[in-house]
Amino acid sequence: MLIDYLPVLIYMLIAVGLVGVIVLLSELLGKKRHTPAKDMPYECGMDPIGDARHRYTVRFYVIAMFFVVFDIEAIFLYPWAVIFKSLGWFGFVEMLVFIGILVVGLVYVWGKGALEWE
Amino acid sequence: MTLTIPSFTLSSIGPWLTLTGTAILILLVDALSPKGRKAYFPQLSLLGLGIALLQTFRLWNHTGTDFARMVYVDNFAFFFYAVFILGTALTVLISRHYLEDYGKNLGEYYALLLFATLGMMLLAAGAHLIMIFLGLEVMSIAVYVLAGLFREDAKSNEAALKYLVLGAFSSAFLLFGIAMLYGATGGSLYLDDMAARLAQAGALTQPLTLLALALFIVGFGFKVASVPFHMWTPDVYEGAPTSITAFMAVGVKAAAFAAFARVLFLAFPALKVDWVMILWVLAVATMTLGNVVAIAQTNIKRMLAYSSIAHAGYLLVALVAANQLGAVSLLYYLLAYTLMNLGAFGVVILVGRKKDSYLSIYDYSGLGFQHPALAAAMALFMFALAGIPPTAGFVGKFYIFSAAVQAGYIWLAIIGVMNSLVSVFYYLRITVLMYMKPPEAELGPVAFTPALTTVLLVTAVGVLLIGIFPGFLYNLAVNSVKIFPSL
Repeated sequence: MLIDYLPVLIYMLIAVGLVGVIVLLSELLGKKRHTPAKDMPYECGMDPIGDARHRYTVRFYVIAMFFVVFDIEAIFLYPWAVIFKSLGWFGFVEMLVFIGILVVGLVYVWGKGALEWE
Repeated sequence: MTLTIPSFTLSSIGPWLTLTGTAILILLVDALSPKGRKAYFPQLSLLGLGIALLQTFRLWNHTGTDFARMVYVDNFAFFFYAVFILGTALTVLISRHYLEDYGKNLGEYYALLLFATLGMMLLAAGAHLIMIFLGLEVMSIAVYVLAGLFREDAKSNEAALKYLVLGAFSSAFLLFGIAMLYGATGGSLYLDDMAARLAQAGALTQPLTLLALALFIVGFGFKVASVPFHMWTPDVYEGAPTSITAFMAVGVKAAAFAAFARVLFLAFPALKVDWVMILWVLAVATMTLGNVVAIAQTNIKRMLAYSSIAHAGYLLVALVAANQLGAVSLLYYLLAYTLMNLGAFGVVILVGRKKDSYLSIYDYSGLGFQHPALAAAMALFMFALAGIPPTAGFVGKFYIFSAAVQAGYIWLAIIGVMNSLVSVFYYLRITVLMYMKPPEAELGPVAFTPALTTVLLVTAVGVLLIGIFPGFLYNLAVNSVKIFPSL
């Protein structure tokens, strides 16, 4: 049983070993010339401004939550779209109900004013 | 590729659809009505619950499963539907005035109550372990939010966070148990053939199956608040809004017991020796700890929290008995407990008025002279919770302990009766305070709203009625537990 997974283990060991050797080699052979500009944290090429640890407005969390909720809808739509034809009208109606409930959610957050930034 | 869509009849989950529809309607009305104008949410909820109850009556005596064996359509589920609907309706009635005091008469509250009720129904009717897990989550997530309804109150926040973290943890235990069972049965989670599959796979004595059973007991033990998984109960019950405390004590507990009983009786009859032994110990520990610690409480909500732990212990005795009378007594007692506990919480809300300012048990001193009707109702509920005839609490305890004796657990019955004696102390202390002590402070007028008066009347009459004439309910319960062939 477990012996069947031996190739996987060997593969894992080779992968980890190879990566380790490459990192070790570059650490040993590479030249290191420190300059103040090189030692700065990397922020997409920009000069960093201020500390990374500061408080965000709570509104970002609300937006993030909505994103997650409505993102799940898209995830559900993909497998449904793949077998749409074989599901027929039944699948269509089911998905309509599902999206209908999500629309209610959208109407709710809209009506509650959660989409307003102020 | 062609897919076969399993056949199903929507009417077999009619109550679920009604509750979902009502909750969504409430959310829409709430979102679209102008700010400050609070539409008729309690009335809408009650209407939805009423229709769901009618649908449950129409479904009564149906048998079998539906939705490709995912949902049980049987009297056991329907009996619990009725208990949940009753509990939720009474909660809606005690909520309105209480929430208005806090300025929290929100649409979300009622929608979440209905969603939680839907989750309970899923739990009671789940025929597949994933359905049971789904029901548990639908119920729990709604209740987590409800426990933290008073966002500005640190205690309410603590209650919600504690319940969420520990609840998620216990759900993981349950899910892990389901995964074990999936392996042990060879890849099936349907409850109806689980016992046969376990026997066929020779899995009954395997550690895998026993581990699954243990994890199930942990998961459900948490939801019903049995010792040693009860740590969250007092803090959550004290911090949550009083109406939600009542809802948790009756609804969540009943739903968890419904699923617990179904899984134990249907999936693990062959392992009865093992789970009976564990539950015996849990029942004794739960009863004893709940009752002994309740004596020391001076906050009425905390006292009722420990009392609810003790009642979980009595209900576990019904599971340990594992015979027909045991299952019947479980159903009877859960209904009786719904009535007497919601009645007691209704009184707590009335006495605690103005944002729960009177929650100490000493605030009940002299209530009998100032508000005789209120005190009489409270005394009745205390007698019922203590199990004194002619109330429903007495008949329920009588059934439970007779079931234990019938099954040969005489010591368990003796310990249970002794525990009831201990509980008499703290229940009767409230009565003594109300009738034999001078009032500590002028209580002033108590706002008897029509809704709260209705709750007190319905629960008081109900507690007496099913206590004096238990026959009808007994027959219904016997009818409901016929689905368990192993009893």
